[in-house]
Amino acid sequence: MPIFIDRRLNPKDKSLSNRQRFLRRAREELKRSIRDHVRTGRIAEVDREHAVPMPRKGTSEPTFGDAKDSGQRQHILPGNKSFSPGDLIPKPGGGGAGSSAPGTTESEDDFRFVLSREEVLDLFFEDLELPDLVKLNLKQILSFKPRRAGFTASGAPTNINVGRTMRNSHGRRIALRRPKQAELDAIAKLIAELESKPASPAIRERAAALRKELDLLERRRKRIAFVDPVDIRFNRFDPQPVPNASAVMFCLMDVSGSMGEREKDLAKRFFVLLHLFLTRRYERTEIVFIRHTHEAKEVDEHTFFYHTQSGGTVVSTALEEMHRIIEQRYPVAEWNIYAAQASDGDNFATDSERCIELLDRKLMRLCQYFAYVEIIDERESHIFGSTENGTSLWRAYNAVDGKWPNFQMRRIAAPADIYPVFRELFARQPALRKSA
Amino acid sequence: MVSQARKSELLFSGSDWDFAKLSRVYEEIEAIGVEELRLDIYPVQMEVISSEQMLDAYSSVGMPLMYRHWSFGKHFLYNEFLYRKGARGLAYELVINSNPCIVYLMEENTMALQALVTAHAALGHNHFFKNNHLFRQWTDAGGILSYLDFAKSYIARCEERHGLAAVEAVLDSAHALMEQGVFRYHRPPKLSSEQQREGLRERLEYEERSYNDLWRTLPPSQGRNKPEAADESLAERKKSLNLPEENLLYFLEKNSLVLEPWQREIIRIVRVIAQYFYPQRQTQVMNEGCATFVHYTLMYMLFDRGRISEGAMLEILRNHSNVVFQPAFDDPRFSGINPYALGLGMMQDIQRISTEPTAEDRDWFPDIAGRGDWRDTLLDAWANHRDESFVRQYLSPALIRKWRLFVLADGADEPHYEVASIHNERGYSKIRSALAQSYDVGASRPDIQVVDVDLLGDRHLRLRHNVKDGILLEDESRDATLRHIRRLWGYDVSLAAMDAETGATLSERSTKEL
Repeated sequence: MPIFIDRRLNPKDKSLSNRQRFLRRAREELKRSIRDHVRTGRIAEVDREHAVPMPRKGTSEPTFGDAKDSGQRQHILPGNKSFSPGDLIPKPGGGGAGSSAPGTTESEDDFRFVLSREEVLDLFFEDLELPDLVKLNLKQILSFKPRRAGFTASGAPTNINVGRTMRNSHGRRIALRRPKQAELDAIAKLIAELESKPASPAIRERAAALRKELDLLERRRKRIAFVDPVDIRFNRFDPQPVPNASAVMFCLMDVSGSMGEREKDLAKRFFVLLHLFLTRRYERTEIVFIRHTHEAKEVDEHTFFYHTQSGGTVVSTALEEMHRIIEQRYPVAEWNIYAAQASDGDNFATDSERCIELLDRKLMRLCQYFAYVEIIDERESHIFGSTENGTSLWRAYNAVDGKWPNFQMRRIAAPADIYPVFRELFARQPALRKSA
Repeated sequence: MVSQARKSELLFSGSDWDFAKLSRVYEEIEAIGVEELRLDIYPVQMEVISSEQMLDAYSSVGMPLMYRHWSFGKHFLYNEFLYRKGARGLAYELVINSNPCIVYLMEENTMALQALVTAHAALGHNHFFKNNHLFRQWTDAGGILSYLDFAKSYIARCEERHGLAAVEAVLDSAHALMEQGVFRYHRPPKLSSEQQREGLRERLEYEERSYNDLWRTLPPSQGRNKPEAADESLAERKKSLNLPEENLLYFLEKNSLVLEPWQREIIRIVRVIAQYFYPQRQTQVMNEGCATFVHYTLMYMLFDRGRISEGAMLEILRNHSNVVFQPAFDDPRFSGINPYALGLGMMQDIQRISTEPTAEDRDWFPDIAGRGDWRDTLLDAWANHRDESFVRQYLSPALIRKWRLFVLADGADEPHYEVASIHNERGYSKIRSALAQSYDVGASRPDIQVVDVDLLGDRHLRLRHNVKDGILLEDESRDATLRHIRRLWGYDVSLAAMDAETGATLSERSTKEL
């Protein structure tokens, strides 16, 4: 008799930790493919599963192996049809390349595997140097709150619904005709009365019958419990997503010639991070892309990132366009409005005044949060160490920054600089959560 | 009426399986196997697993327990990729050379397939593991699972104490030398029992606890400085190193000057596992052939006795013929000689030679031709041969003709292959020996040995690659592997390629040049 063991119910993911070790090992290469993914993919789709090619660096397992192009070998093959000894057969691949017997090569070239959402985000965050707590926050998809949802027959003792349980018990007691204590008492009293009277055969008979009945009822009462496990009901709680209002995120970007590939890539990550934050907090998130040169226009994502347009730079047009769209489509009562603006800081000097006015008078009242990043050259980062000097837009926004707490601005030269822009936002998290 | 009676004797009907059916089928198959084929098996433990668990088992070299390493994660992803793409199916079963013999059954299998797999793995492979001399001598079926358990927890403990990266580095290097980590000719030391391992660990811990740096500062004794004493100790040391040594991992484990005790233990673990699998690599054709022959024979016996329905038998035969399919060399599906097909073919050939020999067979196999009892011959072959000797002994001209085998000579610098031998009088023995040669694992992988090391001087480790038939090592992987050896040895390492016949040095590569 063999021993049978059903292993199908064993915990899954037995080789999960091997997988993690492997991903850690190939970290750099995977990070690069995620970077490409962020660059080419859509903002809203960054936090999805993603297939990546097999990393090569650091994951080879060398052993001593024969060089295919040396020495004398013999291949033994089945299925000879017309060969005789001494026949010469030209090698495939032409002349002396020494390929081995046919059909023995197997390439791992097109081998791709899927990274889960968690893993993709991990790699993405690592580049941005997010604090751990924030990472954890961002990875949560939704917050849940238990809601009452009827009753259930099983549950934790703390959740017993006494009223419902007693009602069931009562019904069952009636249905099964459980004798009441009062009935028993009445019969016992009757017996006592009979016994106190002078004994006569009729009375004795009557008392015996009553005693028998009392005994029967008592046994019946014992058999039918007052509260039976089948009566018990528990309150049922259903985890329900916390109802969040909708949010809209405005991406504003200067697309004039001075914004190159690198600038756009940094800008995109900046937008992605804000978007991740929003999708986690709000049930519905919309993104509006506004690009501008000397005039602003709402465009789709692809155009936003990949089409260049020539022209000057008038930032206020973008702000105006944003204001117009808010008035038209996103009433403040229903929408949380977030804006992220990326630029290299160029602007007409006179226009900067107009920007201050627009923000101060109109937009900052409507926006939950307005983040501005100025993308600078890495070589310039030390020059612009202090906040005082800078481009005209920077100086203008400095004034707004002082006045509005929900305005953030920052110069970024590398991916790691992006997160500090949002530090305020993420820091305010717990407070917001409490009020929600 | 007859068909009615037969139906009631069926072991199972329908394609769904359950544990009662599995157990009934196993018992019937075991009874027939032991009685008719005189098989001798370990007790069996059958485990039902899902496809994901099968992939898990694939990536940890088929063992139910394995320590953690990134390369297993990589192999898992690779196997999963092939499986999801549909490029490769999963095996119906997996069997582990342990006592009790563990057989994995896939949950997707139909009942007919489970019966086939039971006969194949639980009887065929099991008998082979228990009786073949290589497995009997070189592996310890009773101890392997507890050893793996020890290995897994030991390596996990090392990771806790010394960090993932440090453990990973040792494992990487040890894995690179796994092929060179087996004793090919003399028997390996027995797996130490749990008690001994426990003792070893305790001793190491005691040494760590009682280590005192003070001893290092003692002045050297007077006698040491005399020259003749130094010579003596040098010779003694060389002798004690027991060179040349073919098992590089063993050599490094015992003699490396830079390894900590725990690193040595990890190398030992890798080495023991490599050694455990060494017999399997030498007996692929025989092992699969034995299992295939057993399932084929047993299934027919059951069918003849009316215990399997015709429908189930058809399904079994279909799967059987898929397994033993051997495409010709020019077929796009060709990927080398199918060990299942070759093994089964040769074993059925032995059956034929024993019962209905031709004049040619009597010539070639005077010992067994017409002896009548093929069971004895097969049991003897299963017990005493490995692939190389089995082919050399039993590949018959009739089978060579049937398979139309031919030998292709392939010189690296020639623009052509040359057909060296075909299935004719002159070719039979040549084909036979060429095929046998190709199954000689010891001969077909690079022969690399430690030849010299001057422990008192610069501690330069010298390796020699005996080049056979002019087949050199591939440069890139050789350099990478040398780097791994250097990491374990701690000092420079050089590898000289020497022609095995002439003794001429062809090339030399040292880690100094890397």
